[in-house]
Amino acid sequence: MNVAPFIRPRTPGRVHAPTVTLAHGGGGRAMKDLIDDVFVEAFDNAALAPLEDQARFDLAMLTARGDRLAFTTDSFVVDPLVFPGGDIGKLAVCGTVNDLAVGGAVPLYLSCAVIIEEGVAIDLLRRIARSMAHTAREAGVEIVTGDTKVVHKGACDKLFITTTGVGVIRKGLSLGAHTARAGDVVLVNGLLGDHGAAILGARGDMALETPIESDCAPLHGLAEALLKAAPGLRLMRDATRGGVATVLNEVAAASRVAIEIDEASTPIREEVKGFCEILGLDPLYLANEGKIVAVVPSDEREAALAAMRAHPLGAAACAIGRVSGGEAGRVTMQTVFGGRRIVDMLVGEQLPRIC
Amino acid sequence: MKYVDEFRNRDKAGALVREIESLVAAIAPGRRQPIHLMEVCGGHTHSIFRYGIEGLLPEQIELVHGPGCPVCVLPMGRVDDCVSIAERPGVIFNTFGDAMRVPGSRGSLSQAKANGADVRMVYSPLDALALARKHPDREVVFFAIGFETTMPSTALTILQAESEGVTNFSVFCNHITIVPTIKAILDSPDLHIDGFLGPGHVSMVIGTAPYAFIARYYRRPMVVAGFEPLDVLQSIWMVLKQIRDGRADIENQYGRVAPEAGNGPALDAIARVYELRPFFEWRGLGSIDHSGVRLRDAYARFDAERRFAVPNVRIADPMSCQCGEVLKGAIKPWQCRVFGSACTPETPLGALMVSSEGACSAYYQYGGIRKGVQVA
Repeated sequence: MNVAPFIRPRTPGRVHAPTVTLAHGGGGRAMKDLIDDVFVEAFDNAALAPLEDQARFDLAMLTARGDRLAFTTDSFVVDPLVFPGGDIGKLAVCGTVNDLAVGGAVPLYLSCAVIIEEGVAIDLLRRIARSMAHTAREAGVEIVTGDTKVVHKGACDKLFITTTGVGVIRKGLSLGAHTARAGDVVLVNGLLGDHGAAILGARGDMALETPIESDCAPLHGLAEALLKAAPGLRLMRDATRGGVATVLNEVAAASRVAIEIDEASTPIREEVKGFCEILGLDPLYLANEGKIVAVVPSDEREAALAAMRAHPLGAAACAIGRVSGGEAGRVTMQTVFGGRRIVDMLVGEQLPRIC
Repeated sequence: MKYVDEFRNRDKAGALVREIESLVAAIAPGRRQPIHLMEVCGGHTHSIFRYGIEGLLPEQIELVHGPGCPVCVLPMGRVDDCVSIAERPGVIFNTFGDAMRVPGSRGSLSQAKANGADVRMVYSPLDALALARKHPDREVVFFAIGFETTMPSTALTILQAESEGVTNFSVFCNHITIVPTIKAILDSPDLHIDGFLGPGHVSMVIGTAPYAFIARYYRRPMVVAGFEPLDVLQSIWMVLKQIRDGRADIENQYGRVAPEAGNGPALDAIARVYELRPFFEWRGLGSIDHSGVRLRDAYARFDAERRFAVPNVRIADPMSCQCGEVLKGAIKPWQCRVFGSACTPETPLGALMVSSEGACSAYYQYGGIRKGVQVA
């Protein structure tokens, strides 16, 4: 890759302290040691190596892949930092990669800005940086630039990460939330609500032990397979915060259509159902970190489903509903019980009911 | 899910709906219509909307969503008291999630938290007691709310705190009792209720005997109902059968959970820890005699009201708010003058818009009836 004119000879710094202190954010040797030892060591790539104030790319390489740049950013503040099925590092890479992928972009580069509360263990940081590096390799992206800040105890909660991503959209592709039409089919690539339930369970304040793991995964491969199999694909969204219900409401509003989903065909793990029953939560609003909601024309339904099911992240893919010409912006659900109800946007956060 | 899916069976629902239709066809001629059935409990309201039960019923039946959502009937003054306790330096204030967003005259607990008060969401009073043990230098207060369903857990937590000698734990007691409130509703002149679905979880604690007066003196049928959609449908069917037969009895559909005699140890704990207040203020319904409880003198040291001088100011409900009429079934939520305009789940004026068990919030979220627009 033609990015670095020359690489300065450097001696990588090493951190010897067990925890991060304000000195590690001070701009001096301690900070260099932290960056070298934890982040550069893990992210190791040619664009990052010169440690300039910016990463540099060859434009011709980008334009060879498509005709538009996709650019997105996301901050990650998940608590706890490590949870069943992932950690904040994996999440920070997947989240941004997925935001690029569902727009039809090939994800290429990420930035990584971290805000660390003093007192965080260096080993934990190392683990999280390695997890980021591992997930980035899996997703075919490079982490090419970054920033490190350390703040006083209490000024942030352990560790916040912001990743920004760049990708390229190939010529002729134009997905968008406004393109759903009556008759289209709504697909998902698997079981819903795992991430939300895993995080709530991992916080431990429910005193509920669950075997539920986060579905956190990079979706670029699945998105690509879907694009190939269903050229008429209208849109993809990753159903993160607010869950599938929120995504469908956004699509219904943007496309000025109604969407009807069928509770019986909505794939939800028994454990997640039980978890939601006990806490009075609705799994349709639980976050996912590895789920695509896709809208395809009805004649591409089978091809799209087959392509998703052939991918490891889409084995449980299914159709959950359809787009109709009903009241614009309205999402409804046929309940398992035979009734019909509105699935509205969530107001504030989902609060457990007391009785 | 075992023991859950069975109670959501679509075919059984269809069969029950047909039976309900034929009962209504037999009852309706010569009666005032629609037939008003009140589900007392907010849990029922939630199920009715979540499963779209209203849409399955014949139009001659109208469900009136009663006062059994403890969050919804909490008056503004009590929320202000919570905020004033929560804002005291050194206090950790613990609440169930629902109560976080209930508006007081000076904002909600959620706003107090944003302004720096240490307000935490817990799932049980025992979580609050655990916090008290963990932070002996802080005052840990539990916001106790709910009908007889949640009274025993608060009482048992207080008894445990006493036996452990925990001195930094107290309870802001807002427990209320359902029976005087049903009576107040029955005595209300603007009310027309033909039958009741009784509160299943309250009955699990108090049994069915306390409702006898409803049948005996007011001649209204009541069926204590479970919370799954088939429970609700079957209970409606049972009430209608009583109406058809000209009976007014207290029946129990929820026998698998609610024994006729209630739960002895729970009732003992209630009797030991609480005494009736002379009266308690309900949002929308006003002051109702003997409808709330407080801690007995023997447990005064666990009583946040006595431990911290709370303002205890009575704040009138907002003038434009018609929560009371909605609670009594005099109007439907969307007939309220502020429904969906000044009062929405984002900016609730009345508490019925806050909790997912509140009738207005349920209509807004699940029924999709925005003011002037009715969707099937």
